[in-house]
Amino acid sequence: MNLTLKIWRQDNAKSKGRFQTYKVTEISPETSFLEMLDILNEGLVDKVEHPVCFDNDCREGICGMCGLYINGRPHGCDDGVTTCQLHMRKFKDGDVITIEPWRARPFPIIRDLVVDRSAFDKIIQEGGYVSVTTGGVPDGNAIPIPKKQADQAMDSASCIGCGACVASCKNASAMLFVGAKVSQLALLPQGKPEAALRVQAMVAKMDALGFGNCTNTYACEAECPKEIKRSNIARMNREFLCAKTCSEE
Amino acid sequence: MSTLNSKIPQGPLSEKWTRYKAEQKLVNPANKRKLDVIVVGTGLAGASAAASLGALGFNVKIFCISDSPRRAHSIAAQGGVNAAKNYQNDGDSVGRLFYDTIKGGDYRAREANVHRLAEVANSIIDQCVAQGVPFARDYGGLLDNRSFGGAQVSRTFYAKGQTGQQLLLGAYSALSKEIKAGTVKMYERREMVELVMKDDRARGIITRNLSTGELERHSAHAVVIATGGYGNVYFLSTNAMNCNGSAAVQCYRKGAFFANPCYVQIHPTCIPVHGDKQSKLTLMSESLRNDGRIWVPKNIDDSVAIREGRMKPTDIKEEDRDYYLERRYPAFGNLVPRDIASRAAKERCDAGYGVGTGQAVYLDFKTAIERLGAEKVEARYGNLFQMYEKIVDENPYETPMMIYPAVHYTMGGLWVDYELQTTIPGLFAAGEANFSDHGANRLGASALMQGLADGYFVLPYTVQNYLSDQIHTPRLSVDSPEFMEAEKSVKERMEKILSIKGTKTVDTLQRDLGHIMWEKVGMGRQREGLLEAIPLLAKLKNEFWSNVRVTGDLCSMNPELEKALRLADHIELAELMARDGLQREESCGGHFRLEHQTEEGEAKRDDENFMFVGAWEYKGEMAEPALHKEVLNYEFIHVQQRNYK
Repeated sequence: MNLTLKIWRQDNAKSKGRFQTYKVTEISPETSFLEMLDILNEGLVDKVEHPVCFDNDCREGICGMCGLYINGRPHGCDDGVTTCQLHMRKFKDGDVITIEPWRARPFPIIRDLVVDRSAFDKIIQEGGYVSVTTGGVPDGNAIPIPKKQADQAMDSASCIGCGACVASCKNASAMLFVGAKVSQLALLPQGKPEAALRVQAMVAKMDALGFGNCTNTYACEAECPKEIKRSNIARMNREFLCAKTCSEE
Repeated sequence: MSTLNSKIPQGPLSEKWTRYKAEQKLVNPANKRKLDVIVVGTGLAGASAAASLGALGFNVKIFCISDSPRRAHSIAAQGGVNAAKNYQNDGDSVGRLFYDTIKGGDYRAREANVHRLAEVANSIIDQCVAQGVPFARDYGGLLDNRSFGGAQVSRTFYAKGQTGQQLLLGAYSALSKEIKAGTVKMYERREMVELVMKDDRARGIITRNLSTGELERHSAHAVVIATGGYGNVYFLSTNAMNCNGSAAVQCYRKGAFFANPCYVQIHPTCIPVHGDKQSKLTLMSESLRNDGRIWVPKNIDDSVAIREGRMKPTDIKEEDRDYYLERRYPAFGNLVPRDIASRAAKERCDAGYGVGTGQAVYLDFKTAIERLGAEKVEARYGNLFQMYEKIVDENPYETPMMIYPAVHYTMGGLWVDYELQTTIPGLFAAGEANFSDHGANRLGASALMQGLADGYFVLPYTVQNYLSDQIHTPRLSVDSPEFMEAEKSVKERMEKILSIKGTKTVDTLQRDLGHIMWEKVGMGRQREGLLEAIPLLAKLKNEFWSNVRVTGDLCSMNPELEKALRLADHIELAELMARDGLQREESCGGHFRLEHQTEEGEAKRDDENFMFVGAWEYKGEMAEPALHKEVLNYEFIHVQQRNYK
């Protein structure tokens, strides 16, 4: 199929960006979206033009590196997938496709479609862990964990940190991302001792980095490629409230 | 004759590691702060090493090629992690895990290293549980297990089909804790481009900031390479796009020996290739072989009909299906090791029984769904089935999956001794980047085990042992001639690439490289093909250095330049792989020489002449590399032909 692409180009964080239009031809429906961009880029190199920069790595939907705003939706029109898992069979011949980077103040643009998501790492560094060091831990089976609880923790832990939740939110809220980590550790006995400190520190950091508050529109849940549930936000709010009111910390 | 000293401690096998730990030298806490360690790579091995060394009090700098440590390709491991907990009461033990790993590696791994791996594996599970890794549990709340290839016990711990992700996030959380504590400093979007040496020791690295293009100098008392494997030499592999063997090649050029480069694992269960613009292949976890049955039609006419679209797999009657693994290997069936399953699939397809494009076989869940119900199958493999459906657009609950082998893992890597130190003092290699534990073939769920064993439980001891006599060595200034010289040479290399302005894109040359490697140094190798590969690779190298086209400049984000630098190193490595494949006149594990097979088509080892590790020494750009042999002494295991029948 033949397609028209309108792609955001921007040289660096400080320069002014613009949309640029490109044509790609004879794209097979089996091609993935990122392979289609590879084809575009190889053509640009052939013409001695600078290829479009975009983040990507595993190309199987697990590393969370890729993330494009495609026709107004993070990761494009297919549900429950990352950009790298989107296939061209979801488009029609002659389509015009608009491709933008994540747009959120805490994610500044580095170049073209590449944004800086280190704010997510900074939030995790505030407490998204259990404070154990290597060695000296009890046997793996020392504390039984009810299966249901372990499964729920696993669902929360499936977050890949891609940032689609922030990109989809009109307030650029990171509450689904933070809520998922807070929930995973709050559900497990290993995370309990620090639960009150953790939620307060992570929420404070999230606010300080400029992420907005939850809008309760749940666009984050709808666009999350791993279908992380909004109940994680509710659990974080409850943990936060408990920490502020009932905890001694 | 060997110049290689593997430094294996004396004593009975099961006491070697204990003895090493008892005798290793320590560094007192006040001195630890004065010693700097660089860790390159943030996968399981790198992140766990940095977190553990940081927690001990060393001054650690860690370098990540992506925007966050959580992207490292360890994250894509699906199936699980092995440990000999014997929670299932099915007869597992450290000794059995050790034996299975040695046997699975076709008797080409070092006994002492593998035994240590089996010993520390149990601690990995405990450590991860303590970090909050949500392993699968049974209804009693205890940890669940499943089976993997090459084992008759159930010892694989898992977190849905995302075990690698969860273990990596555990290591990433430990790393994040140390970053917050200030013991580890994180450098993201950095790629190592050169190793810096002084007095024949590793003393630092040059990195390129991938966001700005800037070259940066970092000095240290020890350097740990944890940059993964080199499967992307084949262009199409299950590796991520950024995976590369470049850092290892840089170390090789500086004098670190490269061991067993020809040992490449071809994974049997990947989604088949669909076209020439494809950028990578996707793995379907080996755990699927627990319940999935592999088959092709018994009658070649049915295969042809399927390929031409006249028949569907569901039209083939039970008695007309050839479950060739169950037929050939009744004891292990669909759970034979990866190399054997891969070759068997290729054999069937080469004989004309392949389906799809002809390069595919079926992995069928019909029996499992009948036996367990669709719901249980979904609970076990739901995310894998969904992944398959998104890529192939077919529903695996209704029609069998199609799979074909693809390059997945490289057992070869930087040669290391028992301490995981390379032939360059102060330079260590961990995880897939070293050659140490898997011999000629790695068993499923052992990569996660090895990466974390190296990082959490081995390097913290051995790096400390090395650093104990470095406390009087002052920090090497980044303005020293060694750093200036290293930066200058790497800058010239980049300028040279940008100045060529030829006609071939990096992608085109990369595909050419992949094609040569898959055809001549792929799943079935022979002398003729390997001999042909060497001049073809020399030609490709020449083509690269005279005709590559790289746009953009040095001082900004430039993915084309990144790819070009890696490709230049991969071409050199490819040549080494071909040479190693050529010298190894036997078949073992992932290295299958068509000339050396039994009458039944199994790998035929030559223990008398090839029971050694082949370690290659760089001799300069124009000279041929030199082969050194580390003879493998099997003191404790009785070596025999691998038999999975």
